[in-house]
Amino acid sequence: MQWETVIGLEIHAQLATRSKIFSASSTQYGAEPNSQANAVDLGMPGVLPVLNREAVHMAIKFALATKAEIGTRSVFARKNYFYPDLPKGYQISQMSLPIVGTGIVPVELDDGEIKMVGLTRAHLEEDAGKSVHENFHNATGVDLNRAGTPLLEIVSEPDMRSAKEAVAYARKIHTLVRYIEICDGNMQEGSFRCDANVSVRPVGQEELGTRSEIKNVNSFRFLERAINFEVERQIDILEDGGTVVQETRLYDADKDETRSMRSKEEANDYRYFPDPDLLPVQIEDELIESLRASMPELPDARRKRFISEYELSEYDAGVMTADRATADYFETVIDKSGASPKLACSWISGELFSRLNKESLELGESPVDTERFSGLVARIHDNTISGKIGKEILDKMWSGNDNADTIIDNEGLRQISDSSEIESMIDEVIAANPDQLAEYRSGKEKLLSYFVGQVMKASRGKANPGELNKLLQEKLKG
Amino acid sequence: MHKLTLAAMQRSLESGEFSSVELCQHFLDRTELQNKTLNAFVSITAEQALAEAAAADKKRAAGESLGSLHGLPIAHKDIFCTDGVRTTCGSKMLENFIPPYNATVVDKLKTAGAISLGKTNMDEFAMGSSNENSFFGAVLNPWDTTRVPGGSSGGSAAAVGGRLVPACTGTDTGGSIRQPAAFCGITGIKPTYGRVSRYGMIAFASSLDQGGPLAATAEDCAMLLNEMAGFDPRDSTSIDRPADDYRANLNQPIKGLKIGLPKQYFEAGLDESIASLLQLAIKELEKLGAEFVEIELKNQHLAVPAYYIVAPAECSSNLARFDGVRYGHRCDDPKDLEDLYKRSRAEGFGREVKRRILVGTYALSAGYYDAYYLKAQKIRNLISQDFSQAFESVDFILGPTTPSPAFKVAEKVSDPVAMYLNDIYTIPANLAGLPGVSVPCGDVAGLPVGMQLVGNYFDEARLLNVAHQYQTVTDWHTRIPG
Amino acid sequence: MAVDNKVVEQVAHLARLQISADSVANYAAEMSGVLELAAQMDEVDTSSIEPMAHPTHAVQRLRDDVVDEVDKREAFQKIAPSVENGYYLVPTVIE
Repeated sequence: MQWETVIGLEIHAQLATRSKIFSASSTQYGAEPNSQANAVDLGMPGVLPVLNREAVHMAIKFALATKAEIGTRSVFARKNYFYPDLPKGYQISQMSLPIVGTGIVPVELDDGEIKMVGLTRAHLEEDAGKSVHENFHNATGVDLNRAGTPLLEIVSEPDMRSAKEAVAYARKIHTLVRYIEICDGNMQEGSFRCDANVSVRPVGQEELGTRSEIKNVNSFRFLERAINFEVERQIDILEDGGTVVQETRLYDADKDETRSMRSKEEANDYRYFPDPDLLPVQIEDELIESLRASMPELPDARRKRFISEYELSEYDAGVMTADRATADYFETVIDKSGASPKLACSWISGELFSRLNKESLELGESPVDTERFSGLVARIHDNTISGKIGKEILDKMWSGNDNADTIIDNEGLRQISDSSEIESMIDEVIAANPDQLAEYRSGKEKLLSYFVGQVMKASRGKANPGELNKLLQEKLKG
Repeated sequence: MHKLTLAAMQRSLESGEFSSVELCQHFLDRTELQNKTLNAFVSITAEQALAEAAAADKKRAAGESLGSLHGLPIAHKDIFCTDGVRTTCGSKMLENFIPPYNATVVDKLKTAGAISLGKTNMDEFAMGSSNENSFFGAVLNPWDTTRVPGGSSGGSAAAVGGRLVPACTGTDTGGSIRQPAAFCGITGIKPTYGRVSRYGMIAFASSLDQGGPLAATAEDCAMLLNEMAGFDPRDSTSIDRPADDYRANLNQPIKGLKIGLPKQYFEAGLDESIASLLQLAIKELEKLGAEFVEIELKNQHLAVPAYYIVAPAECSSNLARFDGVRYGHRCDDPKDLEDLYKRSRAEGFGREVKRRILVGTYALSAGYYDAYYLKAQKIRNLISQDFSQAFESVDFILGPTTPSPAFKVAEKVSDPVAMYLNDIYTIPANLAGLPGVSVPCGDVAGLPVGMQLVGNYFDEARLLNVAHQYQTVTDWHTRIPG
Repeated sequence: MAVDNKVVEQVAHLARLQISADSVANYAAEMSGVLELAAQMDEVDTSSIEPMAHPTHAVQRLRDDVVDEVDKREAFQKIAPSVENGYYLVPTVIE
């Protein structure tokens, strides 16, 4: 039988607010256990939640970025269940009236096809704490620093048909939330987490198969592997005449498999009801409009503009808009250097990125900022230096604080474009190599590169390659 | 000294007739003597109180600027968290709970110069109408120690009724200030929902809970409410609008005020002697110029059924945080997580609390939500609409606070529904969020009886004005047991 | 609506309350009594009535995104039943 995979994703994006969603504690990652959990986060008796304005604004920005409906009146509800990382015995979330309603996210697939993935909703909720199972004798330790960190849970329709599509969608959302600066997207630290609802059905069947929910996937690579594993597992069960059980499964990256989460197997009855400690959130049109005005140009629009305005290739435009920092860097460099977009793009995606990758740095952590990088690209653009020298200068800039012009002047690296100066160097080289000259003139034109090399060497790499080639060929002809 | 009103004590402190230390010592002595019988206090903080009183006296002598309650003794219902002072909420669950923070109300009264003598007993987690549900034992009525003081602010009401302290804080979720005030012959006001901050007040049913004062007179209540009321940014349901000066207009004549008498309040079920006391009170108010009209509150009888779904539903969730992990009672040697939860909670909570958690959990659970919780929220809306309609034609609504005077200890413990029906006249105001005051209006065989006035939203000042005017022509509020 | 022992046990589990076997029947009877009281609500048709979750018609106020909290872990953990190295301890949880 032919099977069709059906995937929907629930993405939990931690919102990049300074304080928690309902309390004034810091959301900073990595603090001492329970040092960032105040009375509200700990669920102490009598204390009350007050909603963080920024979290609401960020949710609205997400709605604007995905052209989703904005719930002008949204309601917080309590999701009741007992768990050690849930201090109040309920999670404050949203149920029937979420802050973000339906939307559509266009996702570009590997083959260039655009897939429209439906957003069901996105709602605000508080994150839970963390349980630590190691380090304690016969006990689990609970750290509530994360409790109360704002989350936007982004729920998709079951529109994806393969692990690759699911990953493309997840990446798209990942780019988007970082682009509009509502989430730092750090998957290692759990700022961006994906749960996948996976089911299979015979091709042609309308009805959805029984799904399982895979939790705890903290990279795109694992997401793809977890879904593929789960699809195969379900198909195996069905082909053996079995039935898939609706359950929550945990992805184990070490074993590359999913396994049933026994602790969550028990049918839960969350008893959602409107949180009486919080009032309905009303969002005025005025606020929406002011946030709309503050929105950055979104990646899709920017990519299109880079193609039309800067004449970048489809591929280069994609690389330059992969995240907002890159796109901003790119446009700043064009602006400051006066170089052609194509030159700026190739220096950013080539030399800059390879150096960053080597040291596992983010663009924001680059030792060479746009100011200095533009200075370098400008000198390449105006032929002051060759590309080859440019790379050497970039290395020097990487480890020091000088700008390109200072290095060029101090080290005399300015490119030699003056034809009489180059001519005299050529003359010297030709005079020193009579045999090679004869061979060349007798038809061994491959020797051109030998002469280029010799002259370059004589100029200590500074000769303008174009000029050198032109003049050399003339001279060699005799 | 204890026969004075809070207002009179304030004047005596100002004139130097006695000091704050003398005043506090006097009440502490009375408490020492009577609390063994009444059990109105869970904790008495004598040392701290006397130190604060001495400081208050010193400050006064130095001519420093003083808060409006400077040097006056009060007590807090043990539902308000007090930094460094045990806060039990009447429960074994919090038997040893010492919060590292103050409730907003506690902070505000302290800032105003009030001195807390201790924490008053209460029904566990404010669930009860008789104060028999306290882990720390039942509170007895100072007028008749075979009877209950009412609940859940029974300790506060008995303490003020017996003049162990001149004024107390309380909370009212379904009548928990007004009903015990009525049973103990004192005045108590439940403000508009959102008028007094709930921060640091241990939640029973968040959408119904409201703090307020209990004291001998309307004027004394006004003095406390002046400091308790006001916007609190830490409570999302706190109303961002300035509080009135509740003491400023107490002497305003009430001529021409229209008071509604709900037909439904004077029907069967009301004790006849209470009905006739209310008629006398109505006559007094008429003499003061108030006009009375009969009104309809036609869904009134559904208030108790709706309340006993809404309140347990919210409580089932509010009390989930008591899990033996971060504070409160934890069972010995839990064998696993489930055992930790189930035994800690079973051991820490009393029977009535468990009953309400069970009912509330049931009412919210899949398959029953619509029939119970949602239905109750709709009935709540109807009851609220009834009030809105009534307030189009009247300024206040008058009725009994309770269907009968204080009942005997143990009389109703075995029948929860009979106990619940005791709140029939007080619950509607909580469902609608309206302010209500209970004022002593007579006695039946030596047992005090309360009259209730319910006002429109934020009409506390006028409510207290009417109550005060009534108290200028009656003396029920001046009576002291024994 | 009468509640039987099984329902009491299910609800008690949801609420994480241990109920002794000999008190289940009592709770069932008491719960039934309350639900019977609640059933009086059925006399009114509320199909066109909006549920009311809050007594006031106010909307949620929003707090500025400011960190304003000092670390009070020591004070909080002083009243905790079981802590170690800054963590709250519970019996081992298996996921």
